[in-house]
This record gives sequence, structure tokens and C-alpha cells, in this order.
Amino acid sequence: MSGIVLEGVTKRFGDHLVTDAIDLVIPDGAFTVFVGPSGCGKTTLLRLIAGLEDIDSGRLLIDGVDAAQTSPAARGLAMVFQSYALYPHMTVRANLGFALKVARRPRAEIAERTEQVAEMLNLTPFLDRRPGALSGGQRQRVAIGRALVREPKAFLFDEPLSNLDAELRAQMRIEIRRLQQQLGITAIYVTHDQAEAMTMADRIVVFRDGRVEQAGSPGEIYRNPASRFVAGFIGSPRMNFLGGAIAAKHGAVTIGVRPEHLAIDPAGTISAAVQAIEYLGSDSFVHLGAQSGETLIARGVPDLDFRSGDTVQLRIAPGAVHRFDADDRAMPAPAPAPGANIFEETV
Amino acid sequence: MTAGVAIRQRSYLQGPGRLLLAPAILLLLAASIAPLLVTIKFSLSDYRLLFPDSSGFVGLSNYARLVASPDFVPALVNTLMLIAVVLAASIAGGLGLALLLDGPVIGRGGLRLLVISPFFVMPPVSALLWKNLLMQPVSGFFAWLAALFGLPAYDWFSHAPLLSIALIVAWQWLPFAALILLTSLQSFDRELREAAQLDGASAAAILRHLLLPHLARPIAIVVMIETIFLIGVFAEILVTTGGGTASTDLAFLVYSQAMLQYDIGAASAAGLVAVVFANILAIFLIRAVGRSLEA
Amino acid sequence: MRTRRRHRAIATMFAWAASLTIAFPLLWTLLTSFKTELEAVSFPPRFLSFDWTLANYRGILAEGDYLHSLVNSVIVAGGSSALVLALAIPAAWSMAFAPTHRTRGILLWMLSTKMLPPVGVFIPIFLFYRDWGLLDSRTGLVLLLAAANLPIAVWMLFSNFREVPGEILEASRMDGASLWQELVSVLAPLALPGIASTFFLVFTLAWNESFWTLNLVTTEATPLTAFIAAFSSPQGLFWARLSAASILSIVPVLLIGWLCQRQLVRGLTFGAVK
Repeated sequence: MSGIVLEGVTKRFGDHLVTDAIDLVIPDGAFTVFVGPSGCGKTTLLRLIAGLEDIDSGRLLIDGVDAAQTSPAARGLAMVFQSYALYPHMTVRANLGFALKVARRPRAEIAERTEQVAEMLNLTPFLDRRPGALSGGQRQRVAIGRALVREPKAFLFDEPLSNLDAELRAQMRIEIRRLQQQLGITAIYVTHDQAEAMTMADRIVVFRDGRVEQAGSPGEIYRNPASRFVAGFIGSPRMNFLGGAIAAKHGAVTIGVRPEHLAIDPAGTISAAVQAIEYLGSDSFVHLGAQSGETLIARGVPDLDFRSGDTVQLRIAPGAVHRFDADDRAMPAPAPAPGANIFEETV
Repeated sequence: MTAGVAIRQRSYLQGPGRLLLAPAILLLLAASIAPLLVTIKFSLSDYRLLFPDSSGFVGLSNYARLVASPDFVPALVNTLMLIAVVLAASIAGGLGLALLLDGPVIGRGGLRLLVISPFFVMPPVSALLWKNLLMQPVSGFFAWLAALFGLPAYDWFSHAPLLSIALIVAWQWLPFAALILLTSLQSFDRELREAAQLDGASAAAILRHLLLPHLARPIAIVVMIETIFLIGVFAEILVTTGGGTASTDLAFLVYSQAMLQYDIGAASAAGLVAVVFANILAIFLIRAVGRSLEA
Repeated sequence: MRTRRRHRAIATMFAWAASLTIAFPLLWTLLTSFKTELEAVSFPPRFLSFDWTLANYRGILAEGDYLHSLVNSVIVAGGSSALVLALAIPAAWSMAFAPTHRTRGILLWMLSTKMLPPVGVFIPIFLFYRDWGLLDSRTGLVLLLAAANLPIAVWMLFSNFREVPGEILEASRMDGASLWQELVSVLAPLALPGIASTFFLVFTLAWNESFWTLNLVTTEATPLTAFIAAFSSPQGLFWARLSAASILSIVPVLLIGWLCQRQLVRGLTFGAVK
């Protein structure tokens, strides 16, 4: 079996269980994103896969071989670090070629491979500069290039874009995705940014407190979050949660409704006071205080003819309710009305 | 995410880690702990270099002999006096210099070079220069200074050998205190001081209420580090007075017991007294420094 | 503004006066080293109006003793410093990057050996050296001074290495660098300034060390400390000569010391004062 397989992977720091018996299959050739709040164990899991930390118990299979005792380099994986971790005393060329140099590859091969990768990442003009003389985006590309040179079995990315500004980040997301697809290499990408996860992933793994909360495609996770935690973590603005009588009416302890499924409609049954309106041009988000006390966000059309302080009625789009039990686990959807696709309802 | 955990163990590094640490530990064991144990053994034995066969276990009699000897108590007192005088002089002088150099002065780089220099002078050199060129009662520089003021020349090493040695040692350590206090002063928040000035605080009040509390920790560190070195003052005594009850400290006592009187047992006992003495101080220093490890 | 300028002038004046006073013994020595013996002891002393001469320096350099001791000092200080680095760099790497729950204890233990007064171990070491033919040998001094300075070097390097981002070393591990390559090609160049200042500090301490160098050598291995100490006997009467010899003995480390005074503060306070 190819790809990366984790079986019961456990890691402790002292008494703290950082990853708790994680079972996971990283599909070959796909772009898998580990997402979760800080401290959820996603970075540690990546470092366990890389071999930079030791697994306390469990198995790690890379291409069907147990790699738990293998040195980081011998695992054939390449990592892009959050700080880029470029060698500051070496030129870009030397940074890119370092892995080949320590592997004692012939000089001609090192030069060829380095140039080739530099070409691919538009780094050719900077080959003789040191990392200190590069911009953030260029350093980022060198870090990726250093991983590429080794022709690894998989790329590991540890929050690689968190040091870039918003515009560059958006650009690099696309560039990384393009490269990965072009090369068809397995990638594992760690981020705490759910938007990054949604836009880049073939498959998202949501972590919480050292466990896998849910794994699936972005669409699956968005549409059918397995728990209130996932429902609240994925999607922006975050899902609205309502308890009490409304939830009880749906036979749940809590219900969740995404902002786009909450319509301001005089015929609605929930009354709420408008607190603020975020106007974004194509969209506007209305922040509301429900009478039952919850703060809600509704996505509305741009031109709204009310203002802060007004009381409005809200209607939940049919079939758009996520139901959660007392343990915050998702409950199976009540038999939906035929043909009701929650995505199409509001679009 | 990973920065918060100071010590995390990685078994793939443990093997090489131990391997790389071992040589350093072995050398230190061989050069400090092992000989220390032998010193303890010697201090409990009757061992004289002139009679190498008479090395039997004698219990604490070496210590008893040491304490009873006319040299021991003066050596202990001299050691304490030396440390006290040098600490007081070097810290007071160092603080003054640090405050001066921290002020709005021109040519701070040059001043630093002048002030730091004595620290790099090897002890025999500074002791001989002071003894001959400065303190010599007939044509030394101090004699000339005294003459300028119409005072009689003072024969430093005949009248106050210990104080003379303390002065020389203080001169060597003053730069150390000055440099550390200056470094620490320069890390003091300028804004805080300016705020105090705007509040109308006088220079004396700023010194007393802001700077001295800020300097408490570096001063404590200076005290402890200097003390560690001062317990071992040796060369300055060797090249100036060459011993004598009035200026022999514990370190010199060990030397003279062993090298001049060949009494290994008593010398070892005296050495251990110095060790115990140093350890009491070391406990405090290690505590202070250990705290900086956490930072 | 005028009061501020005056304040500055006064502060500068006092600072220079105090600093020159501190450095005076050295400046006076420098002056004396250019005098003839007669002028050196003349009373009242001559400040600048004397016949400047290099005869003292020439005399010392012409004799073998000084050069012999200089060579010994360079070998002993240089050799022990090199040995210290060879032991301390791996040890500090180990503690900074592969720490265990014992690391803190080991560091503090190393520091505590520095608190052991030399006299506490002097006798066994002297007897051992006598029996093993290490008395009056440069090898013996190199070993002993290395042990004496090792704790300081480990501490300096440890705090220095901890400032090297761990991710860079991890990157080199991912790149397949061996431990040796990691140390030599990545860590050493990154930590070079710290390693250099550690070397200089340890070198200075070894150069000036005046307990072991006076007690364990007699003739063959005498470094400059012992060479100068020999002036304490009748030779000390030759002030100009003593001055020149002193200047020649302290200049090398004085230069080094000036260059790395900041690192020295950190090193000697074990990082407690930065």
C-alpha cells in the first residue's frame, strides 16, 4: 500500500498527550490539510511524520514500510518550515543544493537540478543572493525549492504562509497548489487558517486536543460537520448556534445554521435586534442579537434598508439546520425534503 | 507552537547527545571531582612528602592541627578581609565609574578601553607594577604624590601588606564590576528615567529609587563571581610579600603547607576548608544563575 | 541648551579623569618602559622629559627567556582553548538541541566545578603530575587549563546555540545532513561569532591564569606569568626592564579583551547579565 498510513500514533510531552492514538490514511498524490486551533497536535503530528519527533507508540507506514525508527532524511520526505529555516550563510544556490551535496551527488547533477528548480520557481535571478537579501515571498519559494530538489515522496508544510501578508499569501496558496498538482506529489499541509484549508485541500483533517475530529473533502466537512466544534471551526463567518426552545423544536440540544442560511424575512419566526452591519460590497453580514440571548450573523444582500437597533425577523432556510446532541456530536439529518440541496437554496 | 516547551526529548538525538557530552564530563570529573576525593582522603591521612611511608589514616587530627596552628586563624581572617575590602572597593568604584560612563560623555568608546584594561593584566604583572613602580616607598609614584602634599612616604608593604594586596586586587576587579554595572545600566529603560525626570525626581532620587534597585541583581552577581575568584588569590601574594602571617590567605596557606613544609595532610585539610567556604557561596550563585536558565 | 552643554562638558571631564586614573598604572608602566633604569627610579619622577629609548625592549627580546615564555604562553593558552572548544562545542550542541531531563543538572554541575578553588584539588594533581612526568610540561598545563575553562565555554556556547533557530538544524536533518555535517556546515557558521568570542575569552583566561602556571612549572614550560613572577626577586629592581616585560606580556590579551568586552560580560556572568 502506498501513501502514508498512521496507526494509533501517540505522542506525549511529559503528562500531556499531544497526539492521542491517531489513525489516519494520507492518500497518495492528494493535498491533505491538517487544520485546527493552536495546540491541537497538528504540527506535532507533522513533525512525527517527518521524524523530527519520536513516536511514543503506534505505527507510521510510508509506502507500506514502518518508518517509525527511520531517520528524518531516510524517510524521503521534505519539509517546508514556518520560519522557512533557510541556511542564512549560504546562497540560494547552496541552499537549494545542500541536500544533494550532503547526499554526495555529482556536481553536474547538483547544478542541473538546482537550476531546474530555480527556473520552476522563478528564482533564477536570485541564485547567488543570500536569504537575507530576499523578500518574504522569495524566501518562501526558496524553502519550497529546497524541498523540491530532493524529489521527495511527500511534501510536508508547516504553516508556511503565516509570515506573509494577505495578498502574497493568496498568491502563494495558488502557486503551491499548482506545483503540487503539476508534480503529482503527496502533500501534507498544516495550518490554523480554515480558509486556507478550504481553498487548498483535496482532503481536510480537523484536529482537536490531539485527536482527529473529522476528515473529509472540504465540501463534506462544510456540509456535514461531524461535531459542533468542526461546524464552528470551518466556515467564515462562523456558524450560528441556537439552543433552547428552537433547538428542542428540531429535536436537538443545539442547532447550527450557517449565516447564508439565515434570511431576514418578515415572515420569519426568530426575532432579533440588529447590532451592526458589515458591508463588504458583494456581501453584507448582519450581526444580530436574538431575543434568546445568542449573537447571530446573517448574510444578507448588499442593499439593506434597516440599521442598528432595528428589530427584524429571521427565517432559517429549509433543510439547512445542523443538529447537535448533548455531547456536541452531529445528529443525522432528519429526512430532508426531496431535492433540497442546502447549497443551492441561497445561491 | 513548539517554542513554549523548553525541554522535549527526542530519542533519535539521545544517543549522539550523550556521546557528544561525555568527553566534557569526563575531563571535568578527572580534573575536579576525582582529585577532590583524593584531597579528602589526604586530609584524613598522615602524609608528609619527606616521609612518604607514613601515610596512615589519622581521622580529623590534620584538621585539629590546622586549627591549632598559629597560621590558620590569621589566614582565614586574611581571606575574609581581602574579599571584603576588594568587594567594597571594586563595587563602589565600579558603580561610580559606571554611572560616569553612562552619563552624557564624549568618547565613551575610549573611556571603556581605559577602564576595562586592568582586567586583562595578568596577576603577577599587576602585583609587581604596583609594588615597585607605585607603592615603593623611596621613588615610587605614590611617594612622590605624598611628597607633593608634604606628607611622609608610606611603606605600604611593611605597614599594611594585606591592604596593599587588597588594593592591587581591587584594581584588577574594578573594571569587571564597572563593565557589568555599565552594561546593566545601559539596559535600563530610558523612558522610565525620562518619565521620572519629568515628574521632577532629582538625580539622587532617581539613583536611589530607580537605578539601585535595577542594579541589585547585577551587583549580587558581581559579588558572587568576584568572591569565587578572590578565594583563590595567590600570585599577588607570591610576588609581593611572599607570604608571612600578615598576608597569607587560605590559598597561599595550602601552597606553603604543601610546597614549603611538605605537609600534605594539613595542606589538604586547609584546601578543603577553602572548598567548603566556596561552596557556601556557590549555593547562592548557582541559585541566581539557575534562575536565568529558565528565562 | 547651554546648561545641557555645560553638563556634558563636566560629565565628560569627570569620566575621563576617573578613567585615566584607573588606567594610570598601565600608562605609567608604558612610559617607564621607554626610560633608562636611572630615569625610571629618578625622584621626582620624569613624565615626558626623558631620553626615550627602546633599549629595554631590545634587551628583553634579545634574551631567550622572554621568547621562550611567549611561545609557551601561546601554546598553552592556544592549545587549551582549542581543546576547550573541541570539547565544549559538541557538549553545548548536545545540551541545546538534544536536551534531556538531566541537562539542567549537568549544566549547573559544570558551573559548580568552576566554584571549586584550585587549592582544593592542587595536591592530588601536583602529586599525580609529578608521578606521571607532567610537571613542567606544556601538555600538563594545556589539560588543566582546559578543564578549568571548560565550564565557562560550555555555558557561553550553550546560551549562544540556544539563539540559533532549531528549525534550521532540523531543515538540515531533513536534507539528510549527518550529525557531523550539521555541526560543521550549519551550526558552526551560524554560531561563529559566539564561538569566536568564547575562544577569545577562554584564551584570555588561560593566558592570565596564575595559580597552576606558577605551581606546576619550573623551567621548561614556563609561560609569561611565571616569567614575570621571576621579577619579584632582585630583578624587580630594574623597573624599566620590568615595565617593558610587562607591556610585552599583556598586550596580546589586552587587544583581544578590548575587542570582545561585551561577550566577556555575558560569558563571565554565565549569561546572567546581557
